[in-house]
Amino acid sequence: MASKKEAVIVSGLGALDKPAGDLITWLDQRFPLMENWKAHMSEYYAPKNFNFWYIFGGLAMLVLVIQIVTGIFLVMHYKPDGAKAFESVEYIMREVPWGWLVRYMHSTGASMFFVVIYLHMFRGLIYGSYRKPRELIWIFGVLIFLTLMAEAFFGYLLPWGQMSYWGAQVIVNLFAALPIIGEDLSIWIRGDYVVSDATLNRFFAFHVIALPLVILGLVAAHILALHEVGSNNPDGIEIKENKDERGIPRDGIPFHPFYTVHDIFWVVVFLMVFSVIVFFAPEMGGYFLEYNNFIPADPLKTPAHIAPVWYFTPYYSILRAMVWPFFWIDAKVWGVVAMGAATLIFFFLPWLDRSPVKSIRYRPTMHKYIYAVFIACFFILGYLGTLPPTDGRTLVSQICTLLYFAFFLGMPWWSRMGQFKPVPARVTM
Amino acid sequence: MQNIFIPLVSTAKSVVAISAVALSAVTVSAVTLGALSTPMSAYASEGGILLDHAPMQKATDVQALQRGAKLFVNYCLNCHGAQSMRYNRLKDIGLTDEQIKSNLLFTAEKVGELMTVSLSKKDGKDWFGAVPPDLSVIARSKASGAGSGADWLYTYLRTFYRDSSRETGWNNRAFHNVGMPHVLWELQGEQRAVFAKVPDPHDKSKTVEVFEKFELTKPGKLNKLDYDNAVGDLVGFLVWMGEPDAAFRKRLGVLVLIFLGIFLLPCAWWLNRTYWKDLH
Repeated sequence: MASKKEAVIVSGLGALDKPAGDLITWLDQRFPLMENWKAHMSEYYAPKNFNFWYIFGGLAMLVLVIQIVTGIFLVMHYKPDGAKAFESVEYIMREVPWGWLVRYMHSTGASMFFVVIYLHMFRGLIYGSYRKPRELIWIFGVLIFLTLMAEAFFGYLLPWGQMSYWGAQVIVNLFAALPIIGEDLSIWIRGDYVVSDATLNRFFAFHVIALPLVILGLVAAHILALHEVGSNNPDGIEIKENKDERGIPRDGIPFHPFYTVHDIFWVVVFLMVFSVIVFFAPEMGGYFLEYNNFIPADPLKTPAHIAPVWYFTPYYSILRAMVWPFFWIDAKVWGVVAMGAATLIFFFLPWLDRSPVKSIRYRPTMHKYIYAVFIACFFILGYLGTLPPTDGRTLVSQICTLLYFAFFLGMPWWSRMGQFKPVPARVTM
Repeated sequence: MQNIFIPLVSTAKSVVAISAVALSAVTVSAVTLGALSTPMSAYASEGGILLDHAPMQKATDVQALQRGAKLFVNYCLNCHGAQSMRYNRLKDIGLTDEQIKSNLLFTAEKVGELMTVSLSKKDGKDWFGAVPPDLSVIARSKASGAGSGADWLYTYLRTFYRDSSRETGWNNRAFHNVGMPHVLWELQGEQRAVFAKVPDPHDKSKTVEVFEKFELTKPGKLNKLDYDNAVGDLVGFLVWMGEPDAAFRKRLGVLVLIFLGIFLLPCAWWLNRTYWKDLH
């Protein structure tokens, strides 16, 4: 009775056996399924010379999914209530089956999100991924970065430990430093005169609903914009400028299956790193989970030393570096301005960079040193932000803050200087 | 065939070059930071004293944990609660419901109850100057640059000394002017702190008191070694109580890593290689 199976030709997938082929055809007549599959996966042509630095965008999406899924389960057991929040976290850690795993995945995921995003941004920086025609991809990316910072800040209040509480207090008080409207603005943000139950509830709402929606929307925009213009690559060459007779870039390969299998490998590597932290060092020496945050929030007891989590510390250092009341305006205001400027300045990168080549590969050696100094400053600022300030440390943060801004503001000049190497016509493997 | 690794470590030389930029950046940072950071490990923490190392093996030793649980229930769980702990969680350290009920249940009636105490916050504040903190995660909260939370607790519980200027009659080296009296005094006995007068390094005309040593003035039930051991048991219990699932977490972690590293990683590598090997 072995009858020959009927095949159905599905555009983009080729010949499929009868029931599956019919199902996809049925769907496709009602929804642009294969059209999108082709546009974003099987016929999205990515440069074939992606290297290690190109794995972090995909990993960021993986972490986003981890955060959303673990977050949903945490919300089932967490109590956004000033009197119960701290204990409900311990309840999750002890009494909810697998609660400890879900919670550690979420807390580790928060830090790993920033690890991955910072590396993703570094990649963009060294290969000029933000340059024309990818300015908008970069702008969406910076918006994701800023939203993620807000998301992390709101989420950090929820465990209701001492660092949660006083960290939020310090950051919200920054708004109070603004002239005229400051005081009212900070009360409006907190919903109270101090960080309290009202603050906890609104931060909870922002953390679990408002900002995740914004992030998802921005991620979609980021990827749509990327797939519109096509990916950059380590050589900084536009592969679309060299197409074959079928209109396919000669240096391009379909994202699926080549980069899906490639990314699966790196996902496994990433999950191993992630697991080492979750299972063997969830506190990460006090950097992922601060020790003081195991003390319940106490509005009457200010900790001797308040430090934000590591991913904010570079900007916290820049904030603290401003110690002069220029034009008789409070130094704190200048700190807020500097911190804001240090993050917002990323938006202007596509127009600050005037280098004739995109990739660091074909830039003068001098440029590599400039990048190295910038990265060093970022690390130093980050480390100093975890420590209480001393005169020496403040001076070093001031120097690093200066170099941080000089990197960006001097870019229109230094990015054109030096002997550039010839850029090849085709990508190099 | 030499192209097999291209997709994974594609253009190794560029990775090396970029890593060199990043690495030199990290080196510069490390050198600067090395010069800036004071020896955090030696000082800091509330009392600013060097912490003794707690015997951490006790936190996974069932016998020691049971002894620690007994000390905890007898000496701590009168003023301090452990609101996130249930009595029957002690089954994890080898006790039975019966043993818990007959030996450890003083302030509760059922083994399923939480370790709460009847001392009100107001009374605690009135009697000791501060509300005795909940001890559920005390070992996790006391970690700092100076040492682990266990180190701090181990030092703290062994450095009480007689001080007539304090209302309770006690002071502590790790936690200066602490509100808590020395509840383990009948075990350790009473000791006094001997301070030496040395010239003030900032002002030669003055002298400052520097701690020299403890002197036992009234022996307790235990000698020094036995007392240190008992405190080690208690601290081990506090560490265990801070995260009762910690041992299971680590065991599971080994399995997860074996699965990822020995099974999934080679599969993913092989899958990737299969697709990429003919690509040029």
